[in-house]
Amino acid sequence: MDNFLDKLPQMDLMRSEKMTLVQLIIPVESAHRSVTYLGELGLLQFRDLNADKSPFQRTFANQVKRCGEMSRKLRFFKDQIDKAGLRCSPRHELEPDIELGDLERQLAEHEHEVLEMNSNSEKLRQTYNELLEFKIVLQKASGFLVSSNAHAIGDETELHEGTYSNNGFIETASLLEQEMRPEPLNQSGLRFISGIINKEKLLRFERMLFRATRGNMLFNQTPSDEEIMDPSTSEMVEKIVFVVFFSGEQAKTKILKICEAFGANCYPVPEDTTKQRQLTREVLSRLSDLEATLDAGIRHRNNALNSVGYSLTKWMTTVRREKAVYDTLNMLNFDVTKKCLVGEGWCPTFAKTQIHEVLQRATFDSNSQVGVIFHVMQAVESPPTYFRTNKLTNAFQEIIDAYGVARYQEANPAVYSVVTYPFLFAVMFGDWGHGLCLLLGALYLLARERKLSTQKLGSFMEMLFGGRYVILLMALFSIYCGLIYNEFFSVPFHIFGGSAYKCRDTTCSDAYTVGLVKYRDPYPFGVDPSWRGSRSELPYLNSLKMKMSILLGIAQMNLGLILSFFNARFFGSSLDIRYQFIPQMIFLNSLFGYLSLLIIIKWCTGSQADLYHVMIYMFLSPTEELGDNELFWGQRPLQILLLLMAFIAVPWMLFPKPFALRKIHMERFQGRTYGVLGTSEVDLDVEPDSARGHQEEEFNFSEIFVHQLIHSIEFVLGSVSNTASYLRLWALSLAHSELSTVFYEKVLLLAWGYENILIRLIGVAVFAFATAFILLMMETLSAFLHALRLHWVEFMGKFFNGDGYKFKPFSFALISDDDE
Amino acid sequence: MYGFEALTFNIHGGYLEAIVRGHRAGLLTTADYNNLCQCENLDDIKMHLSATKYGSYLQNEPSPLHTTTIVEKCTLKLVDDYKHMLCQATEPMSTFLEYIRYGHMIDNVVLIVTGTLHERDVQELIEKCHPLGMFDSIATLAVAQNMRELYRLVLVDTPLAPYFSECLTSEDLDDMNIEIMRNTLYKAYLEDFYKFCQKLGGATSEIMSDLLAFEADRRAVNITINSIGTELTREDRKKLYSNFGLLYPYGHEELAICEDIDQVRGVMEKYPPYQAIFSKMSYGESQMLDKAFYEEEVRRLCLAFEQQFHYAVFFAYMRLREQEIRNLMWISECVAQNQKSRIHDSVVYMF
Repeated sequence: MDNFLDKLPQMDLMRSEKMTLVQLIIPVESAHRSVTYLGELGLLQFRDLNADKSPFQRTFANQVKRCGEMSRKLRFFKDQIDKAGLRCSPRHELEPDIELGDLERQLAEHEHEVLEMNSNSEKLRQTYNELLEFKIVLQKASGFLVSSNAHAIGDETELHEGTYSNNGFIETASLLEQEMRPEPLNQSGLRFISGIINKEKLLRFERMLFRATRGNMLFNQTPSDEEIMDPSTSEMVEKIVFVVFFSGEQAKTKILKICEAFGANCYPVPEDTTKQRQLTREVLSRLSDLEATLDAGIRHRNNALNSVGYSLTKWMTTVRREKAVYDTLNMLNFDVTKKCLVGEGWCPTFAKTQIHEVLQRATFDSNSQVGVIFHVMQAVESPPTYFRTNKLTNAFQEIIDAYGVARYQEANPAVYSVVTYPFLFAVMFGDWGHGLCLLLGALYLLARERKLSTQKLGSFMEMLFGGRYVILLMALFSIYCGLIYNEFFSVPFHIFGGSAYKCRDTTCSDAYTVGLVKYRDPYPFGVDPSWRGSRSELPYLNSLKMKMSILLGIAQMNLGLILSFFNARFFGSSLDIRYQFIPQMIFLNSLFGYLSLLIIIKWCTGSQADLYHVMIYMFLSPTEELGDNELFWGQRPLQILLLLMAFIAVPWMLFPKPFALRKIHMERFQGRTYGVLGTSEVDLDVEPDSARGHQEEEFNFSEIFVHQLIHSIEFVLGSVSNTASYLRLWALSLAHSELSTVFYEKVLLLAWGYENILIRLIGVAVFAFATAFILLMMETLSAFLHALRLHWVEFMGKFFNGDGYKFKPFSFALISDDDE
Repeated sequence: MYGFEALTFNIHGGYLEAIVRGHRAGLLTTADYNNLCQCENLDDIKMHLSATKYGSYLQNEPSPLHTTTIVEKCTLKLVDDYKHMLCQATEPMSTFLEYIRYGHMIDNVVLIVTGTLHERDVQELIEKCHPLGMFDSIATLAVAQNMRELYRLVLVDTPLAPYFSECLTSEDLDDMNIEIMRNTLYKAYLEDFYKFCQKLGGATSEIMSDLLAFEADRRAVNITINSIGTELTREDRKKLYSNFGLLYPYGHEELAICEDIDQVRGVMEKYPPYQAIFSKMSYGESQMLDKAFYEEEVRRLCLAFEQQFHYAVFFAYMRLREQEIRNLMWISECVAQNQKSRIHDSVVYMF
């Protein structure tokens, strides 16, 4: 037996990779290069030896800060490029790797340049905006002034034409400094202020003016037709031109203050139309000048940004890598002489030679006198778990990891899940029509794999894409199970030859009342299509699916127990085999294994025995005669034997193990109290930070006993409830087939019965939507979740510890992924 | 509500309570403060803060940092948190959240009015305002010459309007008047908030009453200490005390006639909760009083998180964040000015 087990071929995914704790002693001069090369290799997980130090107290804090500063600048460039709407494709030609110091200098230069250009163009933009606003005010406000003049003259008020002093005003410099010159219409009487304000502030502005002047003012407004850019947010805003008429010096100061408070820009408008025209002309000419300058500035800036944009992506990765390297270097310790850095880390055993090579290359490349010392250490701490997965197994490994990362080198359920998971799904989702739809979806994802894997997807799409191989397998198994169930959107098909049944007479009038007669060999594959629609369809399918669920469940739970055996053998714990695995096997199989046997015998012999009765009376009165329910000779004594074995198995799995453990503990620690203390202290002195810390486990008998008690009770009760739990396979598959029958018969066929084309179309549409959303999406999800539960609880609960931690190597490839 | 908050609270408040408790978990701990205190320069502080919730707010700041930038960005985070919660809130929680910012509004009004009195630039003043206390027409405050105008022009539109009923005088604004106005407004605000919380009932009113009473008492003590030796009459002084709290009414009678700090102490030591605060200080000292009060406040605010299904957690969170920002400001100032020995003078640890 042992020989046979040892000769079994190794399964790659079954056990996680063997890990080794290694120590690196790197000379300072080659440290950076070594770590960079290791990052490119990506097979070493560094342990943080400075966990007690805060980030800025570490050795390379300065460099990390510099990298942070550089990535800030790069973000700034990216921001600027996005804002400018440029689309820079990174140049693909190989540029020489750039030194960090050079890059820093370059970035600083570029940033300075861009900032300067920004501030210049901002100033220009402000001037431009002001002129633009002035132009608008001139155009709009003149209308009011003319009408108000006419009005005023009509009222015979003393309104002179605005005596507008030309000097100083034409120099728009004063304007740029945001000086306002309200134009006195009349030294004593009515004056006005004109300006422009954001639309949303207008109402409050007007109310405030009204309050401040106690209503002694006239407010005119008109929307400006163009939108003006808000310099702070660079958004286009709608503005309103206003003219306020008022009288008195006090009111003027108040109004000006309010204007200032509301951010309303006031511009003086001369009353004289000729002057207005002259002014407008001047403003317009200045505007066109400015526009040209602005455009030139923007072109210049875009050029500068473009040149940055070419190498931006490359720089970003460089900086990100450098930062990662320094972060890693910060995890290393200086040795006593301060000339070497000491690091510890985990690597897979197979990678040792690669790491060695890489380190040698680093030493060579950096012209270091001393090589990197690389040696293996002994570890007390449990190593990380590392599975080498591929595209297909990765998704299944993720499903397992979602429950818990496997303990180091423990049996990995993902190996079996690759097949059992989609299969259990398909048992619940058996319909080859729906399976084909799923298959199409999965094939679409696979066909566009290359394209989709590079671009960013939404969270839902990403989930689908990540599970594309799971979906593919689920679809294939669904087609298989659908063929067995003979379901295609609930329509039966005669794929594998004719039905085994025929009508009693040629009219076939009593086919659904009396029944059919069997006239030839059974249908060769799956369910006979003639069952569809018959009176006994449901009882027949129910009995079939229920028994099948139990068989599948018992098989999977036995697999789980066998895996626990393999685990125990692997970790060399014969105690677990003798006092846990064997009684558990006996208990499960003497009750439910026996049930499976009965099911198979019943199927083979076509017996009419009632299995419920057999199982129940096996407990209630094991000695009683079975009568009609006897399936084979000697069934009664066998039942008594099985029952006895099950009863013995319970104390067997409960008591011996804790007592055996206690005995081992007592033997091991007899008279060894002194020695242990001494060695541990010496060890601690030598290497305080290393992973070789001593772990004295406390032996607490009552705790172990209670734990074993819970474990046993859980198993005994669990074997009943878990078996029942597998009945969900039946329930969901029933629900699925009934739902699709309802949609097919009550929607599609019903609508087809009408001659009206509209009703038929509606019927088809409803059928299509129901199939897509309820059957293909909701049902897929629910079957997925139930399969998940069956694996996590019923299967993995039998053997899986799941208290490991994942191997996270220092790797540039991983960093660039998750930093975005 | 009354004892059955658990039944219905989560319908509207559950999400936000979860949010606010998550925010609370992001407050800096004593370990964080210990690390911050070891910083050599402001860049170190930025580096340490980048590992906290402030990280994304500080990461795009160019390197020679200033204390003001740190404080500004940290305040921005508080404001963002607040705005997010406010948009999600429904009645009556949104009103409750609005109440939290009225205090800042009062401070801003006073700041602007005082600033204009001393002829400072309005834009400059507005930059100094706390962003939580901003309202639309705040810049217009500069127009007003006296209280009546202040009210009639600007504040009538703000939620502060009802609090003005007691200080509508036509007197011109001066420093003394403004200070009295601030305290009168605060008194009215606290009383209103107190009444509102009473109306909400349940755990909210229970905890908020305690917190607001503490706030009112602290203000009473501060008013007393600050008005010693000024021309404020006893009657006027008494008018500034809020009409609730532990000291109301007998403590107020006694505080109103205090002439020096030791008399205040004598009054306060009659009240057991405040005895502990005053017993830490030596006689005649009032410097450490602020810190002692802050510490007590933080203790009470932290306790608010011990109960569930009430609104006081929002108040407590906002206050704790503000205290945290004060702490960060102090630490940054100390680090920037190389006064690291004085860091511990004013930092109030929370957890």
